[in-house]
Amino acid sequence: LSPQAHDLQELRRSASLATKVFVQRDYNDGTLCQFQTKFPLELDSRLERQLFEETVKTLNGFYTEAEKIGGSSYLEGCLACATAYFIFLCMETHYEKVLKKISKYIQEQNEQVYAPRGLLLTDPVERGMRVIEISIYEDRCGSTSSGSTSSGGGGGR
Amino acid sequence: MSVMVVRKKAMRKWEKLPGRNTFCCDGRIMMARQKGIFYLTLFLILGTCALFFAFECRYLAVQLSPAIPVFAVVLFLFAMAMLLRTSFSDPGVIPRALPDEAAFIEMEIEATNGTVPQGQRPPPRIKNFQINNQIVKLKYCYTCKIFRPPRASHCSICDNCVERFDHHCPWVGNCVGKRNYRYFYLFILSLSLLTIYIFTFNIVYVALKSMKIGFLNTLKETPGTYLSPPRGAYLPLPPLCPVVGLTGFHTFLVALNQTTNEDIKGAWTGKNRVQNPYSHGNIVKNCCEVLCGPLPPSVLDRRGILQQEDSSAQGENSTRGPSTQEPSTPEKSSTQEPSAAQVLGAQVVGSIREGSSSPTRQSAVPMLPLSPTGMPEEAQPSAVELPAQSWEDGPTEH
Repeated sequence: LSPQAHDLQELRRSASLATKVFVQRDYNDGTLCQFQTKFPLELDSRLERQLFEETVKTLNGFYTEAEKIGGSSYLEGCLACATAYFIFLCMETHYEKVLKKISKYIQEQNEQVYAPRGLLLTDPVERGMRVIEISIYEDRCGSTSSGSTSSGGGGGR
Repeated sequence: MSVMVVRKKAMRKWEKLPGRNTFCCDGRIMMARQKGIFYLTLFLILGTCALFFAFECRYLAVQLSPAIPVFAVVLFLFAMAMLLRTSFSDPGVIPRALPDEAAFIEMEIEATNGTVPQGQRPPPRIKNFQINNQIVKLKYCYTCKIFRPPRASHCSICDNCVERFDHHCPWVGNCVGKRNYRYFYLFILSLSLLTIYIFTFNIVYVALKSMKIGFLNTLKETPGTYLSPPRGAYLPLPPLCPVVGLTGFHTFLVALNQTTNEDIKGAWTGKNRVQNPYSHGNIVKNCCEVLCGPLPPSVLDRRGILQQEDSSAQGENSTRGPSTQEPSTPEKSSTQEPSAAQVLGAQVVGSIREGSSSPTRQSAVPMLPLSPTGMPEEAQPSAVELPAQSWEDGPTEH
């Protein structure tokens, strides 16, 4: 096990940031937070289109849920107004709850889909909800751009 | 050799935020720089209410009902809470683009516009979107290096792009935008009610007293101060008309789901079949959305910890091993390697430092094709001739 762990460490140290891709906002539905599902060409060799689209569509679904105008959001708004918004000192808003869900989802996606392919998703909330930043890493040595971090034998050694 | 290691207090992100805001309470409070008029607002409200409670209320509570001062107190506290909430909260500031993002957008723009011959002015940086059968142009902000979302505008006083920008209000000492518009509206509404309430009961006070001791005696009954009743009865009158008028104006805007900025610029005046694409067409729905809709949290992250190296006497750089101790030197142009955990998908919270060299490595990668208008392929509605004025406030334009 220890040589494999040693290889993992090697692999971690051998990755470096190559470039970043920014998935822009899609304003066709107005000011709602939605992102474009257009596949960035830089990811062509790294990621399957379908996976990317699924990620962005799920994120868009979360944001739609956060900004949904309906009975529950009105109730929350009216209750908050009645308490002069002091209720938010003890309670999270619906939007904040959904943002937490989004954060968890992005972490899951990074662990399961993106990191094994040498990519990293950044939560849009850390970029002012303007873009989904996807960082592309490659092997420092450049010899193998191995996607999988758990493959035995490691890269470069 | 003993070395003095001086540990700096962890720096929070608000200390390094660009823009012309002031922050208090370690980043919890955010206001514009000029606060003089805000203090005046506070003084006027507190002063008028103090006089009302000190003089009229004591008499009216006994003569009429104790509910009168109670209701006044409730209204006063609500108005103050809304004022402070409006003044101290983030109006919806859009953080500026980080260098990598700005460079990416620049490349996209150049790809769209092509090379501009020497001496010619480059075409304006505009993106078009179709919202609700209306063509909406997004303008590029040279300060923030982003394409402004629809309804956002750059405030020249605070030097920030603000979402759903309404106006910059010196009376509350802050911009009014997406996140604090409802507080602003409730503030002016409650203030109008409070002013009308105080004014009405001042009149009632004068009337009641006149019935007892006669009108002239009521007027003569002054402990010597200029502001004492009944002269103080007329104090709420000067602010009454503008505040009530403003409330009426904003009620009109809320019903139509418009911002002051759009109204002033005449964005949806109706010529050339321009309609407000954000309106639901129904007054109740518009009011509900603006006042009771979901409240987005601030994306500014004012209180996040800025990754900083500990200053030490020997000037040694902290090692990159532990993820919280990464050196933060934004001037460094070389790309920084991420620490171990990050590549494996752990959440990165602002600890990757962008390198300016990354765009140059993309020479082999084809540019993202950006369609000139970004519009769908189906039949386009007639392009809208928006008014010649720019989307932003005049003085902000670069």
